[in-house]
Amino acid sequence: MTVTPGYLLALGDDALIAAQRLGEWAAAAPEMEEDIALANIALDQLGAARLLLSYAAEELTAAGRTAADVAASAPPAVTELTEDTLAYLRDDREYRNCLLVELPNGDFAVTIAKLLFLSAYQLPLYAALSGCADERLAAIGAKARKESAYHLDHAALWTVRLGDGTEESHRRMQAAVDQVWPYTHELFAPEPEAPVDPAGLRAAFLGAVEPVLAEATLRRPDDGWAPAGGRTGVHTEHLSYLLAEMQVLHRAHPGARW
Amino acid sequence: MSTESTTNPAPAGWPLWEVFVRARRGLAHTHVGSLHAPDATLALRNARDLYTRRQEGVSIWVVPAAAITASSPDEKDAFFDPAADKVYRHPTFYEVPEGAAHL
Repeated sequence: MTVTPGYLLALGDDALIAAQRLGEWAAAAPEMEEDIALANIALDQLGAARLLLSYAAEELTAAGRTAADVAASAPPAVTELTEDTLAYLRDDREYRNCLLVELPNGDFAVTIAKLLFLSAYQLPLYAALSGCADERLAAIGAKARKESAYHLDHAALWTVRLGDGTEESHRRMQAAVDQVWPYTHELFAPEPEAPVDPAGLRAAFLGAVEPVLAEATLRRPDDGWAPAGGRTGVHTEHLSYLLAEMQVLHRAHPGARW
Repeated sequence: MSTESTTNPAPAGWPLWEVFVRARRGLAHTHVGSLHAPDATLALRNARDLYTRRQEGVSIWVVPAAAITASSPDEKDAFFDPAADKVYRHPTFYEVPEGAAHL
């Protein structure tokens, strides 16, 4: 087992992009209470992203890499490689997140479907990481798994209520599940050298998701089309727009602080 | 505030819930506020997100606001004023026995 910077980037980028997408609901969610719930989940993801990207930045620095090595468009004045370098100065091709998290929020049902699948993947992942040999990664996993358990609970509650709700909410929730399902396959692409091989997580994922879909009277989509590429930097067109908004302030005012 | 919310329900028509949080073991649940939620399960989740995000509690109760019967401000005189001049209801006319601490 080896904890490579690339592995940390994949985990950290998943959390960072998920946080940015969920944050788009702030002040726009269907209800004030849900607004706060989604913002809380976004902040959980952001917290995990910071821990993972800080770790990645330190590992990369220790390996002799500079800001220019990981972020080709970083200004020459930026030499230090930190979590901010990774978050604010990499282009889409340098991001390693899965496609699932960068997909647009769509309606509330699509957001819930994305959150259900992401948290059903992150929960067994972080749980397994909490027992891995790398102490720092294990500590991050132990902290994040409790948060993921709540994210899964929240998404499952809404999936059941929308799926088993009105005719219209059922139609939309089924459409959302059908639309997002293909993007879940990328999460479980085998990576035997990783601290936790993602391929081994799919059983736990299905064990969490399938009962929720059944209770929600939703059809579990067939496995077929399996878009991928996020882990190698080949993203959908949506990511660069997301990054433009997330990075514009830092790129316009390098080192800006609140 | 709760009276106002009852007469002006949320646009989606979600019912109002009153939230009680216990700060620590051994303390009583205390009313902290209200929220809207479609059912009890989600009311509990919303209460967790709205009222305990800064470690305010270890236990939460949610109660449908409609299930609470409250005294009316109009009844204030009849309910509470008669108690004002009945000092003998306070246990202040007893001799404290020697050695009884913490009274």
